[in-house]
Amino acid sequence: MNLHIDDRGAAVLLTIEEERLDAHNSGDLKTQMLKLFEEGKNNLVVDLQAVRFVDSSGLGALVSGFKNASSRNGSLKLTGLQLQVKSMFELTRLHRVFEIFNDIDEALGSFQQ
Amino acid sequence: MFSDQIAVDIKVPNQTRYLCMIGHIGENIARTLKHYTGDREKLAYDLNLVLTEAMANAIQHASIDGPSKEVHIEINIISKRLIIKVYDFGKGFDIDKYIHPRHPLEEHGRGIYLIRTVMDEINYTKTDSGHVLEMIKNLN
Repeated sequence: MNLHIDDRGAAVLLTIEEERLDAHNSGDLKTQMLKLFEEGKNNLVVDLQAVRFVDSSGLGALVSGFKNASSRNGSLKLTGLQLQVKSMFELTRLHRVFEIFNDIDEALGSFQQ
Repeated sequence: MFSDQIAVDIKVPNQTRYLCMIGHIGENIARTLKHYTGDREKLAYDLNLVLTEAMANAIQHASIDGPSKEVHIEINIISKRLIIKVYDFGKGFDIDKYIHPRHPLEEHGRGIYLIRTVMDEINYTKTDSGHVLEMIKNLN
C-alpha cells in the first residue's frame, strides 16, 4: 500500500495515500504499524484524508493498531475522515473508541499536552 | 414508469485485487440509475461496501481450493428491487453468528453486520456447489 510515514517527535504521522482501505491492503497497514510498535513508536496519528472508502477489514486494521498502541501505553488517533468514512465509524460505534480530529496539527498537538 | 432494468453477471478470480473493480461496478450502477430519487452518493457507497464485503467474505471464509477458484456475482434490478447474489464454492459459515454488531474492539466479523445494516434483506443458502449470499435493497 502507498503509505507515508513521518516521525514528528511526539507522534508518528501515517498518511494513507490510497483511495480505498479494504481487505486487499489493510494487512499492509497492520504490518507497518507493527514495525513502528517494535521500534518503540507507540503514539500514532493516522491521516485518512485521501481515503474515500473503508470496509470492515480496514476498520479492523485500525482497531488492531489502536489496541496495540494502547497496550504499550501509547495511542492511535485519527484525522482527515471524509463524511462517508466517518459514517462507517458511527455505524460500527468505533467513533466512541477512537479520538478523531479535524486536522493533523490538532491531532499531533494532542500528544504534546 | 420505472425502467431501470439491469442484469450484470461477473466472474472474477477469488483474489482481493479484484475487490476495487467489483466495488466500482456497484458505485457506477448507483450513479447511472435513471429513476432513483434517494441519496445517490450514499447508495454508491453502500453498493461498493456490500459488494466488497460479500466478495471478501467469499474469498476469506468460504473458498477451499485457493486462488484458482472464482467468485461469481450477479446484480439484477427488477421492479425497483436491487438483488445482488454472491456465490462461493466452499464450506460456508453460520450467518446468524455475524448478523449482530460486534464489540467495538473486535478486529474481525463486521462484514455481514454492515451488509445487513445497509440492505433491506439478506439470505445465505446452500447451492449444489457451495453457497449464495443474497442481498436485496428496495430502490424507492
